[in-house]
Amino acid sequence: MPTVEESPVSPLSSEAQQSCVNDFSIQVATVNGSGSQTANTVLMRSLFQMGIPVSGKNLFPSNIAGLPTWFTIRASKDGYIGRKKEIDFLVAMNAETAQEDVRKLDPGSAVVYDEPLKLNAIRQDLHFYPVPFDKLVGPVCPEARLRKLVRNMIYDGVVAHLLGIEMDEVRKALLKQFGARKAKAADLNWGAVEAGRDFAAANLPKADRYSVKRMNATAGKIIIDGNAACALGAMFAGVTVVTWYPITPSSSLVESLIGYLKRFRIDKETGLATYAVVQGEDELASIGMVLGAAWAGARSMTATAGPGISLMSEFTGLGYYAEIPAVIVDVQRVGPSTGLPTRTMQGDLISTALLSHGDTKHPMLFPSSMRECFSMMIDAFDLAERFQTPVFVMSDLDLGMNNWMSDAFQYPGKPIERGKVLNAEELTKLSGFARYRDVDGDGVGYRTLPGTNHPAAAYFTRGSGHNDRAGYSEREDDYMNNMDRLARKFESIRQALPGPHLDINSRAHVGLVCAGTSRYATEESRDQLLRERGLETSYLRLKAFPFGQELADFVRRHERVYVIDQNRDAQLVMLMRLEFEPELIAKLRSVRYYGGLPLDARTVTDEIVRQEGL
Amino acid sequence: MSTTTAPPKKTNHIGLEVSSYKGGRTTLCAGCGHNAISERIIEAFYEMGIEPWSVAKFSGIGCSSKSPAYFLNMAHGFNSVHGRAPSVATGAILANRHLFGITVSGDGDTASIGVGQFIHMLRRNIRQVYIIENNGVYGLTKGQFSATADLGAKLKTGVINDLTPIDCCVEAIQLGATLVARSFSGDKRQLQAILKAAIAHHGLSIIDVISPCVTFNDHEGSTKSYAYMKEHDEPLQELDFVPAFADITVEIPEGEVREITLHDGSRLLLKKLGRDYDPADKMNALRTLNEAEAAGHVVTGILYLDPTRKHFIDQLNVVDEPLGTLPESRTRPPRETLDRIMEELR
Repeated sequence: MPTVEESPVSPLSSEAQQSCVNDFSIQVATVNGSGSQTANTVLMRSLFQMGIPVSGKNLFPSNIAGLPTWFTIRASKDGYIGRKKEIDFLVAMNAETAQEDVRKLDPGSAVVYDEPLKLNAIRQDLHFYPVPFDKLVGPVCPEARLRKLVRNMIYDGVVAHLLGIEMDEVRKALLKQFGARKAKAADLNWGAVEAGRDFAAANLPKADRYSVKRMNATAGKIIIDGNAACALGAMFAGVTVVTWYPITPSSSLVESLIGYLKRFRIDKETGLATYAVVQGEDELASIGMVLGAAWAGARSMTATAGPGISLMSEFTGLGYYAEIPAVIVDVQRVGPSTGLPTRTMQGDLISTALLSHGDTKHPMLFPSSMRECFSMMIDAFDLAERFQTPVFVMSDLDLGMNNWMSDAFQYPGKPIERGKVLNAEELTKLSGFARYRDVDGDGVGYRTLPGTNHPAAAYFTRGSGHNDRAGYSEREDDYMNNMDRLARKFESIRQALPGPHLDINSRAHVGLVCAGTSRYATEESRDQLLRERGLETSYLRLKAFPFGQELADFVRRHERVYVIDQNRDAQLVMLMRLEFEPELIAKLRSVRYYGGLPLDARTVTDEIVRQEGL
Repeated sequence: MSTTTAPPKKTNHIGLEVSSYKGGRTTLCAGCGHNAISERIIEAFYEMGIEPWSVAKFSGIGCSSKSPAYFLNMAHGFNSVHGRAPSVATGAILANRHLFGITVSGDGDTASIGVGQFIHMLRRNIRQVYIIENNGVYGLTKGQFSATADLGAKLKTGVINDLTPIDCCVEAIQLGATLVARSFSGDKRQLQAILKAAIAHHGLSIIDVISPCVTFNDHEGSTKSYAYMKEHDEPLQELDFVPAFADITVEIPEGEVREITLHDGSRLLLKKLGRDYDPADKMNALRTLNEAEAAGHVVTGILYLDPTRKHFIDQLNVVDEPLGTLPESRTRPPRETLDRIMEELR
């Protein structure tokens, strides 16, 4: 709150001056299209290379150039990598938002700013570091048209000096960012970093309390975004057909996948691809191709966001009813409608779980980390083929488009599972088959692939009523038997899905439940609740829908269970209400955030404290 | 009673009887043009000696889209959603490039709800036979106009169509199909020759077949009725198809016949009827269709043919084996690849 204007507080109070090492957030406010992403990534990587746990969040507009954008880097010695609500160190490069950005800061925060903005006139309780960016960029970048891009690297040098980031690590990060092929550009940018560092050393005496110190908490770790992690998962799942229609925030998933496939899935002998990627004319075509390809035996997938999910509704129902595998990644963004295309939300849970008309329901996986993005893509393909049904991987913009620190991925431990597919030999042995007959009692029939060289291989796939031999039928008993079998199949799926992550605290009366990216805020909030309010909590993180018995047991053993949702309507709670008995529903409490930013711990803590009356 | 020896069953050149190409009993109206088309499909696949299990049949929704159940029972079939069969067929052919695709659609399924997918299928030149059973009317919902209804055409209820029709052949020629033909369900000989050429063609074949709806669009004032077609059908050429496997020498009179060799070595003979029509000439094909429309004629025959252009799957540079059944050793990169990628991300 900008009450500071009326009653300025001295920045030099003793509390504010206590040094704060490896525990702060840096926010860089720039203009979209100014090339700041490189400077921000270099800054983040420098901290990572110094062994400090770090996360980066890009808050950007739906625009190519000219609108405000903010990049937040959090350094956390305790390993918290969720968004931190409070900004400790601001780099104000955007004249348009600078005043408001400065007003929002807590007293004692630091501000590096473009000198002509004169931000130091606004408040007296902050530490200001004016930098004449335009004056500094001229000598290091003779080519005028590049100055807009290169001037951002100057703040890397300034911030590195002020926080004590090792310059060798900045240089290493910069070289990694540009790669060997862009050595000239790297040199140019390094000149700018040095100019910033030299200016800060000569003109900016350290006044704030934030600094970094080498740790050893990132050894062996990688930095990757969730879309690239899902792409890697798809490649190691053995995907063969990929279709897509560009939509934020999922486009980079398929673009990463194309990059990886081109490198690692070209047949060495022939130089030919062991995959096909097709950009469809829309999401309807994409999902149609996925189903056609899967019907003919391919491991096929598409990636999209909420508007695409809405368009895929009819085909998804066909996939459910005709029993065709499909993997659909939903990188969720803020809806309804176009909504806020570049902000994050877990807002498609209800619509996806029950996507399409008639009685339909679909399994969903909830990855929460880079490792899970990778492993759950592999799980999704195995589940889709094993159960012959569309499987949704529910990522979100925060997970998909931001950079995350992660342990290295583990090579899949078990072979690819192709499900119940009969070949010509087996058909001869069986002398025919009934496509939708529940032979094994798990609700899953046997299928054949078109092109199988056998006169008894064929069957007719249809979205209209059918009997267990795939023949057209409008009979009441055929219809109901089929729908009951599909319900049994859904129960088989429930048993096969990954179970939740559980942390039962025997002293706790209160439980917290969340899914996906909400875990970072929720896990940090548990520490805040205990540290600040003495509230013991248990914790369950869902990895899939339909939910298993563990969730009901968890709710039963606690007095109150807070379900953390990143949407307005408490969609996770709604899904639980669909299946829970009233006694369990009565125990559910809802914590909701739907502002479009990655969820932060303070928001969760404040709401639980309020509802608990602490 | 006398004992007779059954005559040897007639088979095609791969040893199959025509019964191997039959389908289920039709549930369409007696006299429906679509049934005649199903018969021609059975004959064409039989006579061409295509293994029925190598065929995949696709359709959307509507009367026409029911018909894949009435031919080639030994082929997998996929009756998908309204207007979206092209994407399903494309996906299946991506998964197995050796599948022999045939889609049967209608005028509503193709030109109304499905026009988006139809157009993009044209651009891709997917290798398959795509038949539009065109009667200008919605049958299953009992007689509403589709987007191919001609200007001035009259419904049974007396409603006159005053919207411009979509000519699927014009779109197909313009946007990338490599064999484009129009025919009439009542012209057995022409339709069979076109179907055989389409089966032999390595690319997308669009066959728009005027197929009268005896129940909702066969009355006076309809431009898609049997009577109207008998009056206005104007064949461009007399067609003969000589398959590659048939060792036949055909006497070709000088200057009277155009001969086009298809990808598999089979030959299509186009005998002049009144005018010398060159189906390689795209501009002329479009002009011919426009002139016919203005004059109220329905030109039928091979309108456009380009046997040389690469189809979509060939353009994708994928391996020859079906992608769908590649073994794990070829689809999951080895552990070292993951290690290498992880190292790059450190």
